[in-house]
Amino acid sequence: MEKHEMQYQTVHFNLNGKDVERTVDVRASLTDMLRNDFRMTSVKKGCEVGECGACNVLIDGEAFNSCIYLAVWAEGKRVRTLEGLLGPNGELSDIQEAFVEEAAIQCGFCTPGFILTAVEILESGRDYTDDELRKLLSGHLCRCTGYENILRAVRKTMNRRLGKA
Amino acid sequence: MYDIKALYQAKSTADAVALRQAHPEAHIIAGGSDVLVQMREGKRAGAELISIQTLDELRGVSLEPDGTLRIGSLTSFSHITRDPLIQKYVNVLGEAVDQVGGPQIRNIGTIGGNTCNGVTSADSASTLFAWDAVVELTGPEGVRRLPVQEFYLGAGKVDIRAGEIQTAILIPKESYEGCFGHYIKYAMRNAVDIATLGTSVNVRLSADKKTVERARVAFGVAGPIPLRAAHAEALAAGQPVSAELAERFGQAVREDINPRDSWRAAKDFRMHIAAESAKRAFTESVRLAGGDL
Repeated sequence: MEKHEMQYQTVHFNLNGKDVERTVDVRASLTDMLRNDFRMTSVKKGCEVGECGACNVLIDGEAFNSCIYLAVWAEGKRVRTLEGLLGPNGELSDIQEAFVEEAAIQCGFCTPGFILTAVEILESGRDYTDDELRKLLSGHLCRCTGYENILRAVRKTMNRRLGKA
Repeated sequence: MYDIKALYQAKSTADAVALRQAHPEAHIIAGGSDVLVQMREGKRAGAELISIQTLDELRGVSLEPDGTLRIGSLTSFSHITRDPLIQKYVNVLGEAVDQVGGPQIRNIGTIGGNTCNGVTSADSASTLFAWDAVVELTGPEGVRRLPVQEFYLGAGKVDIRAGEIQTAILIPKESYEGCFGHYIKYAMRNAVDIATLGTSVNVRLSADKKTVERARVAFGVAGPIPLRAAHAEALAAGQPVSAELAERFGQAVREDINPRDSWRAAKDFRMHIAAESAKRAFTESVRLAGGDL
């Protein structure tokens, strides 16, 4: 069998507000790089085929399943993970607080992915109906709580940010 | 880690063409939501990849001087849905691609990848067939344009020749002007599912909104590749708008389609939902065009 030649490339990107660079194997997914090279363990390995949403991160403000995104594609991008939501002294963000308040969390595996999609939703500054929110959250699987509490947490934070609650 | 033998990253369209010529065995990867998943499944394991993902020159929607709507092949589904030109001229395309997978897939998935895969279930494909879209390919000899109907050669097979990459999807002005359409995806779940049947209808009505000037309908998953229903289109052309016409239009599609039995759905069931979806999508298209039935 033909031996594969190893290929490495240096990637420069912004991770949670900090400019970083790493030399990575070109075969690595963004999930691999974030977990292994940066210890961003909020980025979960779930299905690894882009169906469950557990590895979701924000790239230039949009939600992407990092398992089906090559690490080298992050060149020049702004990548955000759940770790980036924490305040300087480890304070939780409003959306994380809302997940706690609404018990929108049980085992926690799907939570980081859901929260980052929620961040994309909230940063749009728009007022969505419940049906729209359901559709926007539909790229994530949760096998513990059902989805009602998660929907409630996102809606609550949306309303708070829009000054409606 | 993915089982990638080698990754060649194109820096421009010309570079992508050069890489295609230098590495004829390599597979093209755009968004990756099909290629990487298939690689994980082992289907493309060990392949060489030419990545065109970072070619921003192939992103975005614009109007050409002659009014042709140009959609760069790497434009993601979510960007198509949000695009003002799409919303104004081919709204149904934005709605159709808003039903692909889930939100994260719509952020990475591209219309070029959706069509180059050659699968009949692609949510964009039936609408592109129904709007007589033109596929633009760029290769060593320059640019080649062909109707989307000719681009699809068979299940999973499209007409991309050696050295070529798809660079745009075009919708001519004659095709979209005055047209209004509706897409119905029939699937077992509301999200992250593949269409059991996709139905895209569009109509152009007369100035007084009483007569159907032109009706077009295309299906995904009604045959090995997306297809148009010529009988139904001929039946509706020139006819007065009515609920009865919508019913006959729906029934007529049965003459044109040839769905198969699969684990997703039986042939009989697909025939049934094809007629019903065509009727409903026709009715909604007429309504959007300002007709009353």
